[in-house]
Amino acid sequence: MIGEIDPVIINLTVFVLAVFVGYHVVWNVTPALHTPLMSVTNAISGIILVGAMLAAGPAETDWGIWLGAVAVTLASINVFGGFLVSQRMLEMFKKKDKKGNA
Amino acid sequence: MSANVVALAYLVASVFFILSLKGLSSPESARRGNLFGMVGMAIAIGTTLTLTQNWALILGCIAIGGVVGAIVAQRVQMTAMPELVAFMHSLVGLAAVFIAITAVNNPVSFGLPAVLPKGSKLELFLGTFIGAMTWSGSVIAFLKLSGRMSGTPIVFTGQHLFNLLLAIAMIGFGLWFFFDETTNWTAFAAMTGIAFVLGFLIIIPIGGADMPVVISMLNSYSGWAAAGIGFSLGNPMLIIAGSLVGSSGAILSYIMCKAMNRPFLSVILGGFGSDGGAVAATADGAQKNYRSGSAEDAAFLMGNADSVIIVPGYGLAVARAQHAVKELAEKLHKKGVNVRFAIHPVAGRMPGHMNVLLAEAEIPYEQVLEMEEINSDFSNTDVVLVLGANDVVNPAANVPGSPIYGMPILDVHKARTVMVVKRSMAAGYAGLDNDLFYMDKTMMIFGDAKKMVENMVKAL
Repeated sequence: MIGEIDPVIINLTVFVLAVFVGYHVVWNVTPALHTPLMSVTNAISGIILVGAMLAAGPAETDWGIWLGAVAVTLASINVFGGFLVSQRMLEMFKKKDKKGNA
Repeated sequence: MSANVVALAYLVASVFFILSLKGLSSPESARRGNLFGMVGMAIAIGTTLTLTQNWALILGCIAIGGVVGAIVAQRVQMTAMPELVAFMHSLVGLAAVFIAITAVNNPVSFGLPAVLPKGSKLELFLGTFIGAMTWSGSVIAFLKLSGRMSGTPIVFTGQHLFNLLLAIAMIGFGLWFFFDETTNWTAFAAMTGIAFVLGFLIIIPIGGADMPVVISMLNSYSGWAAAGIGFSLGNPMLIIAGSLVGSSGAILSYIMCKAMNRPFLSVILGGFGSDGGAVAATADGAQKNYRSGSAEDAAFLMGNADSVIIVPGYGLAVARAQHAVKELAEKLHKKGVNVRFAIHPVAGRMPGHMNVLLAEAEIPYEQVLEMEEINSDFSNTDVVLVLGANDVVNPAANVPGSPIYGMPILDVHKARTVMVVKRSMAAGYAGLDNDLFYMDKTMMIFGDAKKMVENMVKAL
């Protein structure tokens, strides 16, 4: 290949492939679990926490760090809240031992 | 940690996120899927921590957020899931905006050149405005869903034109930010501010029962916002996770629109169902007759039936009747009645809402069937009990020319006997009269869903 590839192109490649993966995986989710799907994806979109941590990360103190810290807090609510509420819901979908159906 | 190790760890985390969604294909594997998601997130957080210096600050903030999140997750009522999800979307949106502002302020801390290149500016612009719209849109969705704001659409003349002008202005400021050689805070702030207003304006004209679409759409936005930030920071893991969420929300929006037989654009432009709640006038002005009965009559009929299908709707969630319904199903089952539940895709205020409520009441999910699984069974069913659902069982959907013509419905009208628990004869969200209520085989039971079901249980 001639020259170096712009990282934007590589990111775009990752993006397009990830959308395809998402498309196929999500169509396989059973409709009964669409609410947990939303709360799990909610938790996963909390991945933005990584960006927030970098914002709050530098050693030199300026106001950006504090904004980053707020973002870290917000994203953490999402991550923890999302996964835990999903867990709580999915526990309810457990097969019951005493079968009560025909 | 070297950049390569970090990148590899992020790859592992991304794979866990994909496995997490894959797990949701069945209730048996779903809990493992959720666990995969947590593992992926732990890897992502742990790896990122090595790249930062203010550990005390960051871990402290994670702890605060974590405790708040855990408490909310523990306390939230299952009937309130839609507003919780909307609330959490708003957090992602706001976090995205804050991160973008920090990145514009100090690009070096994110590994970007000190003077932002054009490409990064474009990506930050995208991440910021999607994030801002996600935030304000979700706040409105939250207020509407939690009843703090009326679910009635707010419309005014020139609304769409106004929104369009705002969108153009926002893009204009974005371009100014983009082409300016220095960091133009004025343009950036104006663009962000307009995006906030726009998110707010886009959601206010959308009515309550279209919320399943809105909430899925905002779910999608929150994913794209994360992906946008991923582009800005050149972080493939954020791009992958964001895209997974983005496509998930988009698919859910599509499924919801299809279940209402309405084009996505018409839902988003809003204004539908403005007159919902009014008593529907009959087309010919004539008084139509319906039969009303008591909970005791209903209990008697169901007790003597061979098969009963229960159709839950939003009314069940409002009345929090899920536990009473479970008792009813159990009692009937003991009498040898075959009891099943039929779920319409848009029943409730978010995708899958009814399934979660029934699961909370410990109704085995084998008894809970989706529309296409159960629709052919209505014709050989003795009794159908409709609890707080209306448009999704309206046979008008089969009549050409009706506003809801073509919407897939549960074929309740084909059953031998139909019983509808409802507060009044008021029209549903679509503002349409429902012929089902006037059929000879239909019995209306007026009252609060929970109270009526409890009375049925007592009478059995």
